[in-house]
Amino acid sequence: MSIKVYVPRDTTTQALGGEYVVSRLQAEAASRGLDIEIVRNGSRGLCWLEPLVEVDTGNGGRAAYGPVSPGDVSALLDAGMLDASTDHPLALGEVTEIPYLKNQQRLTFARAGVTDAVSITDYRQHGGFDGLEKALQMSAQAIVDDVKTSGLRGRGGAAFPTGIKWQTVLGCDADQKYIVCNADEGDSGTFADRLVMEADPLMLIEGMIIAGLAVGADQGYIYLREEYPLAHQILNEAIANATEANWLGDNIQGSGCNFQLEVRLGAAAYICGEETSLLNSLEGKRGLVRAKPPLPAIEGLFGKPTIVNNVLSLAAVPYILANGGQSYADYGMGRSRGTLPFQLAGNIERGGMVELAFGPTLRELIETFGNGSASGRPLKAIQVGGPLGAYLPESQWDLPLDYEAFSADGAVLGHGGVVAFDDTVDMSEQARFSMEFCVAESCGKCTPCRIGSTRGVEVIDKIRAGQNTAANLELLDDLCDTMIYGSLCAMGGMTPFPVQSAVKHFPDDFIKAATTTDGGASA
Amino acid sequence: MTVTPQWDRTAVQQILESLQHTPGALLPILHAIQDSQGYIPPESIQMIADALQQTRAEVHGVVTFYHHFRLSPPGKHVVQICRAEACQARGVRALEAHAKNTLGVDYHGTTADREITLEPVYCLGNCACGPSIRVGEQIMGRVDAERFDALVEELTTATLELK
Repeated sequence: MSIKVYVPRDTTTQALGGEYVVSRLQAEAASRGLDIEIVRNGSRGLCWLEPLVEVDTGNGGRAAYGPVSPGDVSALLDAGMLDASTDHPLALGEVTEIPYLKNQQRLTFARAGVTDAVSITDYRQHGGFDGLEKALQMSAQAIVDDVKTSGLRGRGGAAFPTGIKWQTVLGCDADQKYIVCNADEGDSGTFADRLVMEADPLMLIEGMIIAGLAVGADQGYIYLREEYPLAHQILNEAIANATEANWLGDNIQGSGCNFQLEVRLGAAAYICGEETSLLNSLEGKRGLVRAKPPLPAIEGLFGKPTIVNNVLSLAAVPYILANGGQSYADYGMGRSRGTLPFQLAGNIERGGMVELAFGPTLRELIETFGNGSASGRPLKAIQVGGPLGAYLPESQWDLPLDYEAFSADGAVLGHGGVVAFDDTVDMSEQARFSMEFCVAESCGKCTPCRIGSTRGVEVIDKIRAGQNTAANLELLDDLCDTMIYGSLCAMGGMTPFPVQSAVKHFPDDFIKAATTTDGGASA
Repeated sequence: MTVTPQWDRTAVQQILESLQHTPGALLPILHAIQDSQGYIPPESIQMIADALQQTRAEVHGVVTFYHHFRLSPPGKHVVQICRAEACQARGVRALEAHAKNTLGVDYHGTTADREITLEPVYCLGNCACGPSIRVGEQIMGRVDAERFDALVEELTTATLELK
């Protein structure tokens, strides 16, 4: 019988030579007369160990090896990799015993890396569609109630209670409603949506069908960023397989319920991650932000009641339905219930995805899981929550990771992205980039964002050149206030967060510029 | 030297016929045209507008809103460098400078031999293993100056062989 060898089919794995590892394995096995079956599983999110190769031990376990480069394959086979030997420097032992993985609380990502991502058989064997089967027996209101009980809040960053949003759409009387999945994961440092779509896309599909049942919608769209070509391909394969197996399409499993699903590609516009801009884009328009009200739940896509939920919100739903809302709510702290997949990125030795209940501190994440910086230098700043999130100095690393605790301290948890910078970073350069990014990505509809960001770049340039530093810092603060209070959406409204936090916590980087020039222009 | 790029009017017409009745058809149409032609031929905008019963200005507005769509043909290979924070923390600023210097172009520029067009991108989702770049459908991680040079060498050599 052939031995199963798993090599993830995932962007990070591929980016680090995964495809070459597969071809080398095939070639070596053929020349040695070994009978192996290569399975393309999803990534477990242990990015620092990719390509992470796993071998089926035949007794329910999997021996892990990583990070494997194509040149390691021959030596690994020599060392007895196919017999689960640990006699090689890359041998990691049983994969589920790797502390990075073992110490997580995986609800949403329980199947990630275990299954072939697009296999309906694998999915079913590991609890897939259990939630949908239950939902098909429930009333729409009962489904919404279960989601409310779970305490699930929008994982895209705004943290709006998902059940309340669903209730609003359920309460609308309309001939057509839509389920839109926001898969325009544009925040730097975040890749959990991509991991869901590449490692367990059927879970997202299941979550969307359940949402459709909950509010009476039979059409769904996944708005996916163009920058994720592999996720696009995998999602389309998963949709085709689900349709073929009658878990999607007309009369799902003979229930009389229908749900059609289509992936639509964005076109490289960060602003389209904002839900109203996303809806305009889906309608074939420029991605301009809409004024609210009306809420998308009442007048959304093509003017119809629409649920717009993030990938992670929808991906949490199958678990909630299968196990009951309370079992999800049992995790977490305060009003932040359940788990959040934190993503460790940037200058971190062990970057990857860590799913935990809300509540641990940033320090635990970057030290216990991340093992400090990749460069070996001390860490200086951590940006949490994407390009619109604040830069946190070490004094804030003991904050519990919880929506309210973060917000109370002027920080943003957002989508759970954690980007670490070592002490070589110049925070005035980072502040400048935040404004520059807003110049590039503002939709242009409102003035504080469109013009304010350009003026912001100019003022920061003056500060960095040492011109009238004190006066220009005051001007920058004033400009930030205008953007925060005058912008239509979070793009202009939150761009000042990283800027102001950089100025507040790392003033030396701004003053330094002034003192290292001759200061001739200073007043 | 100015060369008027050639584009396939029939192919564009077929795309329009197959997609124009899709709800919210414009982005899928523009993607299909750019995938088949390499860019959105400016002359095709009127055709698109007619098919969707929109004005040329509306279609032009959409094409120019999104960074992905281009109105002129790129070089043989589009190389995108991720400029976002996670890659900055891993040294992408040095890589950007190296790439611009080596290729002799700034962002949005195409090398004189029309082999490579350099573009910025804001996040490829490979944030734990940056700096990241993308060529076509392939994303590469932990790219330093040396790997970048090897890539450029590979891309330009491969195309020479095809000739």
